[in-house]
Amino acid sequence: MSESIGAAIRADGAPGRIRGRRVSPPLARFMRHRLAILGTAMVSLLLLSSFFAPDIAPRNPLYIDLMSRFAPPLHGPFVLGTDPLGRDLLSRLIYAGRISLTVGFAAMLLSAVVGTAVGTVAAYRGGAIDSIFMRFTDVAFSLPSIFLLLLLAAFIPPSVVSITLIIGLTSWMATARLVRGQILTVLKLDYVEAARAGGASDLRLILRHLLPNSTAPMVVAATLNVADAILAESYVSYLGYGIQPPLASWGNMLNNAQSYFVSAPWLAIFPGLMIALAVTSINFIGDGLRDALDPRLKI
Amino acid sequence: MHRLLEGVAVLVGVTVIAFALLHLAPGGPLAMYTLTTSMRAEDVARISHELGLDQPVPVQYARWAANLARGDWGQSYRDSRPVLVDIIDRLPGTVELMLASLLLAIGIGIAVGILGALKRYSIFDYLATTGAMVSLSIPTFWFGLMMIFIFSVFLGWIPSGDMYSLGRPFSVFDRLHHLAGPVTVLGLVLVAPWSRYTRSGMLDVLYQDYIRTARAKGVAASAVVVRHALRNALIPLLTLAGVQLPMLFGGALVTETVFSWPGMGRFFVDSLGYRDYPVLMGILIFTGVLVILGNLLADLLYAVVDPRIRFG
Repeated sequence: MSESIGAAIRADGAPGRIRGRRVSPPLARFMRHRLAILGTAMVSLLLLSSFFAPDIAPRNPLYIDLMSRFAPPLHGPFVLGTDPLGRDLLSRLIYAGRISLTVGFAAMLLSAVVGTAVGTVAAYRGGAIDSIFMRFTDVAFSLPSIFLLLLLAAFIPPSVVSITLIIGLTSWMATARLVRGQILTVLKLDYVEAARAGGASDLRLILRHLLPNSTAPMVVAATLNVADAILAESYVSYLGYGIQPPLASWGNMLNNAQSYFVSAPWLAIFPGLMIALAVTSINFIGDGLRDALDPRLKI
Repeated sequence: MHRLLEGVAVLVGVTVIAFALLHLAPGGPLAMYTLTTSMRAEDVARISHELGLDQPVPVQYARWAANLARGDWGQSYRDSRPVLVDIIDRLPGTVELMLASLLLAIGIGIAVGILGALKRYSIFDYLATTGAMVSLSIPTFWFGLMMIFIFSVFLGWIPSGDMYSLGRPFSVFDRLHHLAGPVTVLGLVLVAPWSRYTRSGMLDVLYQDYIRTARAKGVAASAVVVRHALRNALIPLLTLAGVQLPMLFGGALVTETVFSWPGMGRFFVDSLGYRDYPVLMGILIFTGVLVILGNLLADLLYAVVDPRIRFG
């Protein structure tokens, strides 16, 4: 999360440039957004618990204990109960957080890179390349992403890497459109003309002038993409085409939960709560970033 | 006219993607013969020649697309019926679910949006905005699971799945009873954008001169809101219905699976388990076509309703 806030500060144009002003306005605006602060705290907590999973998980998440199957929450050592194989639910949730968050953030990075590249090239080159790229984006937009996601996941042997690739490569379109629009706006500004007159190469123009001045929408879109990627992973895994057991993700923990509604409802309740918590928190952060960076932004 | 050409281009793109995916499918079209039977190589070559698989890929695509246009979408591996027939059989269930959910979402969304705009920054507005955010963050399938858990397993109010009670004659009440769960779930997925856009649309309109004029003339407050403001605030929302279509199909897939609702989405998930590629591609193209048509329709309606918009 710290990178995003860092980016938020950078987008304002180097903090500390004006001496004596400790907090830059975007950061101050972000801090005023209470839900975003709550979200940041929640996400930090989740990231920490995933990172230190081996230290804080009360049990081995893969340890099968057939003597204590279906233990209800707060039963003996099992804070959130156990699953049909007697594995500790809390430990599994903590470890599942590692997988789900990794997929979420990695898929976001991939979609941000692809989306930014497509959007930048389309806007910068214009003409035929622009129309080809944007029509392709239209095509990708008119296919419901869950259908595409499931189809690809069914083709390719599922693993953490393949699921991340699939989600990342099916979610860059919104970023591409956004970046293209932003670059087109920046391209009309005088300093771009000045840089061109000064003999800046295409690459330098893009990397030094165009992209740094388009970060605000990119940061917001990237944050919301993390939330969407976590949701996408959970859908695919819930339907059985995502992360495969014994590896746990929040989504695949819900895979069989429906069969145990009557006997063990906690199996269906807690993993879903974790997804909702993580995704809501990240969306709140995105909302706060939007207000802080560019209130007029509509994503 | 320009929009129409664009739609056709996108449509061709959709079929190209579907065709490419079909070719990427592991095993290839002859896996059934090469992997399961000890067939001689020359027989495999003969079949592949008969099916046109030895032709260059663009030629194969052209033939496939021509068949598509003629309504020949191939046969399902699973039940050997034409794909298009299989899909159209499942369509009414999905359409019924989607229409009911969309109506519910539009009704609630517009009402919440108007109230939010009229009482901006009130507790209601704050709760509605936050609630919209949360509703977008809850996984649809889990919300469905919780609905089933609370209202069917625990309270026993609604059935946990299916479209009608077995062995009982059709009745509207029975159908609505079965619709309640899935429609609530799918409606919740869709409601947030409607309330948000209505709110911002109303806010754009509410402070314009003609609203002030109407108020000054002594038009009743409710009439100003409904007849003057809402009518103009709703115009941009027409496109939202088009933009939401992919979301509607995606949400229907998940909802149908959770509530075992016999529609296109559940058919897709079932076919996935059987690796029934012709059906999977068929549904992908079918939804793509519907989405493109929906967007086109929304754009055209937009131009009809708002005379300021003209397509060149």
